[in-house]
Amino acid sequence: MDVKFTNDDLAFRDEVRTFFEEQFDFDLAKRVLNDKSGDYKSAIVAWQKKLYEKGWIAPGWPVEYGGTGWTITQRYIFECERGRLGIPDAVPFGLKMVGPVIYTFGNEQQKEKFLPRILSSDDWWCQGYSEPGAGSDLASLQTSAELEGENYIVNGQKVWTTFAQFADWIFCLVRTSKEIRKQQGISFLLIDMKSPGVSVKPIITIDGKHSLNEVLFENVKVPIENLIGEQDKGWTYAKALLIHERAGIAEVADSRSNLNSLKLHAAAEISGGAPILADPVFQMRLSDVETELMALEYTELRALASMAEGGMPGPESSFLKIKGTEIRQAISELALQLVAYYGGALEGNLDPGALGHDFASKARVDYMYGRAASIYGGSNEVQRNVIAKMVLGV
Amino acid sequence: MNFKLSEEQTMLKESVTRFIRERYDFDQRKQIIKSEEGYSPDCWATFAELGWLSIPFAEEYGGFGGTIEDVAIVMEEMGKGMIVEPYVPTVLMFGQLLALSQNNELKSEYIPKIIDGSYLGAFAFLERQSRYEITDIRTKATVQDDNYIVNGEKAVVYGAGNANALIITVRTSGEQFDRDGVTLLLLESDCPGVETKPYQMMDGQMAANVSFNNVSVPQSNVLGSVDAGAELMEALVPLVILATSAEALGIMSVLNELTISYAKTRNQFGAPISSFQALQHRMVDNFMAVEQSRSMLYRGLCAYGEEEAETPIECLRSLHAMKVIISKSAKRVGEDAVQIHGGMGMTDELNIGHYLKRLISINTLFGDADFHQKKFNELSYKT
Ligand SMILES: Cc1cc2nc3c(=O)[nH]c(=O)nc-3n(C[C@H](O)[C@H](O)[C@H](O)COP(=O)(O)OP(=O)(O)OC[C@H]3O[C@@H](n4cnc5c(N)ncnc54)[C@H](O)[C@@H]3O)c2cc1C
Repeated sequence: MDVKFTNDDLAFRDEVRTFFEEQFDFDLAKRVLNDKSGDYKSAIVAWQKKLYEKGWIAPGWPVEYGGTGWTITQRYIFECERGRLGIPDAVPFGLKMVGPVIYTFGNEQQKEKFLPRILSSDDWWCQGYSEPGAGSDLASLQTSAELEGENYIVNGQKVWTTFAQFADWIFCLVRTSKEIRKQQGISFLLIDMKSPGVSVKPIITIDGKHSLNEVLFENVKVPIENLIGEQDKGWTYAKALLIHERAGIAEVADSRSNLNSLKLHAAAEISGGAPILADPVFQMRLSDVETELMALEYTELRALASMAEGGMPGPESSFLKIKGTEIRQAISELALQLVAYYGGALEGNLDPGALGHDFASKARVDYMYGRAASIYGGSNEVQRNVIAKMVLGV
Repeated sequence: MNFKLSEEQTMLKESVTRFIRERYDFDQRKQIIKSEEGYSPDCWATFAELGWLSIPFAEEYGGFGGTIEDVAIVMEEMGKGMIVEPYVPTVLMFGQLLALSQNNELKSEYIPKIIDGSYLGAFAFLERQSRYEITDIRTKATVQDDNYIVNGEKAVVYGAGNANALIITVRTSGEQFDRDGVTLLLLESDCPGVETKPYQMMDGQMAANVSFNNVSVPQSNVLGSVDAGAELMEALVPLVILATSAEALGIMSVLNELTISYAKTRNQFGAPISSFQALQHRMVDNFMAVEQSRSMLYRGLCAYGEEEAETPIECLRSLHAMKVIISKSAKRVGEDAVQIHGGMGMTDELNIGHYLKRLISINTLFGDADFHQKKFNELSYKT
């Protein structure tokens, strides 16, 4: 065990810091990142392209496919700096989800076709797993794919598909045979969103925004070369991916950044002539969260270190997901508490400045959307079941 | 002691329930929120016909002479329908400030207009910097002949956009944070120099920022005594907190009902999700939270207006404790309702998230749980 930064690490930290400070458009981010509109898409893609050009877009990938080859410490430093400056993480669907599945289970042709465009953010991916009847019990999914000659014919309905409205491609779990054990008979298919028969319907969430969708498939032809691995074995690939997804949802750096903003706002918000940050009760609320986050930072580091040795993360990723989302939600709850009356105002055409708090609206949106963090990526109840079974062995 | 509703109270309760069933389902409410006024004048007229606008007013002004319990009964039911009409701003804030004041001329002029539904009011107490300190006031009024000249701005004033008249808090003497030196003035919304910028709140209700630029208000429009407006406010706040706590209770009980029935019909892993103990325990905790909230509301109702019988400190302790328990319960019940509904709970189309938003607004009104817990501590643990 050795947890000290070397001189090289410190030099790396300076390099990351300088790059972020010089290249990230903080003003633009402030305007659009909360917005989830087309402007959001173009801003985040532009940023990801900068990371790509720098060679830093895929720290988690093996070097041969475009990864950075960083040490665990370097990855930790990169995330710390990202959190410190409040820079958003890359959109996960391509880089953290389907990318690893393709380089792990895909064939050469698929790697050549898809990986470069994921790295360069030229393709936007979305995740087509959940269905109306298959949420926590994902394996009961019904969307069917029948092989006819060189194509699968796909029929069915996916739901809660994040950013399907922006997507060029969707990776789907589909049923290719009706086996007794429902986990068998599922396949992993990559589907071009421009295929005839694919349609997307928006779902507005309680934050008032549009990030979710229904995706409908009506006799959609998907060439057989878009099947990952073997037919009927998709569940195995999906499970590997879910573990990645969960570890990613810990979002430690983002919680760090949100906590930093919260402290700044609490210092600026005055009550009875004194900043809220000076209120001992609010301080206790803050430190309840911050101490948890400090522990989680090192839990994540330990997980990264064991991944560096053993490859795939195991069921511990469920632990990161639960703690990470609970902390994230706790921060958003405090932010909403801080903005008090103003948090409820939908400013509409009003200049947000007229409401006194320019961070109130973000606090409301983060809180509302943040309720989903304990639902998506496998709900926190289901993660607890996983830990009970896989880790505790009960 | 008796916790049963009287026959009259049962009828009152049922009239609100029936109204919501027939005229105020979730889709009808959505249409109302989308309308230009942001509330339904039609529904308001019905409230007047059904006598709901008259409940807390004395008979000599045409009121029903009802009790705080009667108000709580109506509010609990209104909570279930998430009524967006300005009942709290008009009847309970504007109206009760009038009722609590000694200004008989203003009372006879305005209370009948509230009761017949022709007049809306609002209470502008919040300023950008004041948060939960209701006597932190910068808006100033200076005397000129028979008038006050008012300058300043109020923020997030529920109901102000549609109000015919406002009661505002102004500083007539002392410094920004002083309890003394606050005066309440009643003024018509269309007075020269009053500017209102309305917007919608997440709970579907309308609020506004209101600015005052050399607005002239006759001295005869003072409510309570000059410089002693804090007393009147301190009499009003418990009443509003009790009413909105009853509203929160109504919302929480609907959320629990909806969540339980959803969990019984939603199947995953070949069984209703209600069969999973992890969820059962949460639903039980939420059931207990609602029962504790109801007990606390009753305790608060008993304490209110009983300063003579009990010590004033005991009454206040009960009210602060009520706000603490009900805010905490509201947060957990609302958030768990979303959680147990899964993805469905996150949709704007379903009512669940909207109930959560109203609960959060209620929690904030006149101080959140931490604020009231601090007040409770101040009264309880003197060293
Ligand atoms: C904002 C958001 C974004 C999403 N993005 C995507 C996406 O891009 N792609 C995609 O495929 N999906 C996405 N999802 C879907 C998400 O993965 C599902 O919502 C989730 O798996 C839960 O499924 P469900 O909504 O059907 O809830 P259900 O499975 O019906 O669960 C309802 C409740 O029951 C509980 N529960 C279920 N089973 C058990 C059990 N065995 N023990 C205890 N409790 C249990 C759950 O925890 C939950 O509280 C998203 C969801 C949200 C809210």
